[in-house]
Amino acid sequence: MNKHVSPRMNRRAFVIGTAAVGAGLAIGLDIPFGGPAVVRAADGSPEIGAWVVVRPDDTVVIRIARSEMGQGSLTGLAQLVAEELECDWSKVSTEYPTPGQSVARKRVWGDFSTGGSRGIRSSQDYVRKGGATARVMLIQAAAEAWKVPASECTAANSVITHTPSGKTTTYGKVAEAAAKLTPPTDVKLKDPKDWKLIGKGVKRLDTAEKTTGTMIYGIDVKLPGMLNAAIKDCPVFGGKVKSFDEAKITGMKGVKKVVKVGDTAVAVVADTWWHAKTALEALPIVWDEGDNAKVSSESIAKWLTEGLANEQPAYVGNKNGDAKAAIASAAKKIEAVYSYPYQNHATMEPMNATAVYTADKCEVWCGTQNGEAAFAATLEASGLPAEKCDVHKVMPGGGFGRRGQTDYVRQAVLIAKEMPGTPIKLLWSREEDMAHGRYHPITQCKMTGAFDADNNLVALHYRLSGQSILFSLRPEALQNGMDPAAFQGVAQSGEAAFGYSVPNLLVEHAMRNPHVPPGFWRGVNVNHNAIYMECFMDELAQAAGQDPLEFRRKLMGNHPKHLAVLNAVAEKIGWSTPAPQGIYRGIAQVMGYGSYVAGAAEISVTDGNKIKVHRIVASTDPGYVVNPAQVERQIAGSFVYGLSALFYGGCTVKDGRIEQSNFDTYNSMRINEMPKVESVMVPSGGFWGGVGEPTIGVAAPAVLNAYFAATGKRIRSVPLRDQNITFA
Amino acid sequence: MANLTINGKTFTLDVEPDTPLLWAIRENAGLTGTKYGCGIAQCGACTVHIDGVATRSCGVSVSEAAGKKITTIEGLASGNTLHKVQEAWIAQDVPQCGYCQSGMIMAVAALLTEKPKPTDADIDEAITNICRCGTFQQVREAIHTIASA
Repeated sequence: MNKHVSPRMNRRAFVIGTAAVGAGLAIGLDIPFGGPAVVRAADGSPEIGAWVVVRPDDTVVIRIARSEMGQGSLTGLAQLVAEELECDWSKVSTEYPTPGQSVARKRVWGDFSTGGSRGIRSSQDYVRKGGATARVMLIQAAAEAWKVPASECTAANSVITHTPSGKTTTYGKVAEAAAKLTPPTDVKLKDPKDWKLIGKGVKRLDTAEKTTGTMIYGIDVKLPGMLNAAIKDCPVFGGKVKSFDEAKITGMKGVKKVVKVGDTAVAVVADTWWHAKTALEALPIVWDEGDNAKVSSESIAKWLTEGLANEQPAYVGNKNGDAKAAIASAAKKIEAVYSYPYQNHATMEPMNATAVYTADKCEVWCGTQNGEAAFAATLEASGLPAEKCDVHKVMPGGGFGRRGQTDYVRQAVLIAKEMPGTPIKLLWSREEDMAHGRYHPITQCKMTGAFDADNNLVALHYRLSGQSILFSLRPEALQNGMDPAAFQGVAQSGEAAFGYSVPNLLVEHAMRNPHVPPGFWRGVNVNHNAIYMECFMDELAQAAGQDPLEFRRKLMGNHPKHLAVLNAVAEKIGWSTPAPQGIYRGIAQVMGYGSYVAGAAEISVTDGNKIKVHRIVASTDPGYVVNPAQVERQIAGSFVYGLSALFYGGCTVKDGRIEQSNFDTYNSMRINEMPKVESVMVPSGGFWGGVGEPTIGVAAPAVLNAYFAATGKRIRSVPLRDQNITFA
Repeated sequence: MANLTINGKTFTLDVEPDTPLLWAIRENAGLTGTKYGCGIAQCGACTVHIDGVATRSCGVSVSEAAGKKITTIEGLASGNTLHKVQEAWIAQDVPQCGYCQSGMIMAVAALLTEKPKPTDADIDEAITNICRCGTFQQVREAIHTIASA
């Protein structure tokens, strides 16, 4: 089969099935002491700077520090390096350095974290310089061999040409000499107008293996002598294990050991995962559920609603003028309260990690969005120092923010520690995955808008009440207690800035943190802020008796980039001409992750509650588009994720635990519900915005606003299934 | 013990008769291309062909599958020649994370055997797999490309 497929993602995962544990796994770089300063890849080929390895046959291996999880960054990052390297793209493959290698080399590959739509935008500068540095060194090596000035040589497609004489050589032939040169420190990057590969929708580098079943995901890792573990953590967050009756499952087929994991969980280790899971289900466990067992969705909602009252304390995130006074003296005001529920990431592949621990070494194999965080979790759980640990990243079956957390890595190491020398693959059941997510935070929002006698919007009060992600996951990022990320999409400035000018504005957040653990869920706080603001913007337009697009445009004069994407979708969907009979339109815009996005939906509604989404138009300005084919897929995928959450999502709490347990109670859109998504890319250049997340912000409000246009009814809470509204 | 015929090969596996076929395929036969997603036949990640019919292998026991012809993603190609669905998936860059795609490809391959030129309605009815990345648009386009070849 290899004859017809050409895997272009070199991953050590393919040799781990046969490699001896603890030997040969950490290899990949050989830093000699006292010899020539050449760093070599596992196959002996020289590094030309940390980002590029050139083999004698001219093939090029590009190092990727960020994680691929389906979003296409692996290919995009390789394009950035290759653009400057001037190598033959058809001979490029990629490789993940490990976090342990990176730490040993003073973090030469920078940040591994792959969240916040940062994979490309936060590393584009140094990875392009990595490519440019290697190109300069390769040209220099050829020039020295020819004894000509490097300035007379050019490189393209992995071929170096001495222009005056016409002599040529290839990267592979000069790589050894280039590797011995001192890297330049002042490489100049290309002018974007000269890009040849950046901006091209080249094919992904990791597709073939995904069509033949040969791609190794975390769940597929096999190590010699490996056992499998199933785990159950206390279903009430914050609860503990009181006791379990191991004798009841001793002797069940394949069972090797029952392990208490920390204070809160119990794992069964068996020969196969099926045996482990079967035994775990038969294991009587008594939990100390604690006070959190009294919490329900109703009690959380009541607490959040109290936070909407103006007299309750709140953090101010964005302000100008005096909104409260302007509202009090306005000719007309309108008010609405919205809410957004918890959401589970529900990655297709449940959480899992494989660990092997000895007193001298601890290694982990897992899908992760943050190799360095997984590495830190390995150190902490194993109690071993950095030089005795490493993490090997394998393909994750989806991330969406969930795999930035390392709870599952910690558990795998703790279990492995109980059985030194035996590799343990820990896999969560789907039910465990639903019960122990890091959920999109729960919020409510009360918005008040005020108009003067001429129907101009003179004031807006946007009062959020609810959960902070940073409070729970990154308390060091709070600013005097305030969570600045809570204002994503409605912030005064920065990468998620509000796109409207309102003379009197007050945006505030009454922080209330229920016990359900929050997490970074694709789009994060942009999700609910965009729904609240963009649906309410429609309500304001209606109150002013104006067209929703025209009403917005009047407020966006000082926000030309926000306006440009809005105009782009309006034009593409034909906003100025009537929709076809029975079809209704909605529109929305937001800024997030440094990019400007807008979306418009065309829907029909039958019987008042069956929605068919016929068409979506989505526009994005991420500054630069590295791979339009992948950007298009991220835009379309954002609608599937966002509309799944709108129609089917929502995690509810009863007796302190999440009620949804699998895809039968937490459904996801299917192909028959997928609208046609037309993307319009309007990259305006000069900045680098993210792509994986911003568009999800406009998915739900575009459809909800279209629903109002169709029915005259406002939907102010999610999911729609709670209101008996579904896909037609 | 169970005898299963997977991808034309007979496996004698040390499994209980009520073991879901999915886990026998993955853990006992060692063919990990077939994925676990839900265990309750909702998501389709574990789709295989049983006597040519697309079937969610998590919902079928080993005893029910014994004696039948089971094909997994690893057995879809003919020797060195990829199945036309696999070729189309590569040509049109369908997968994102790819985890659901083994099941998706198996479901599509079965659909095309039954209906070589499926309409959108046929696709909507037959392809009910979950893809959280949201590749549906590419899946539909790739099916039509194969059908019109």
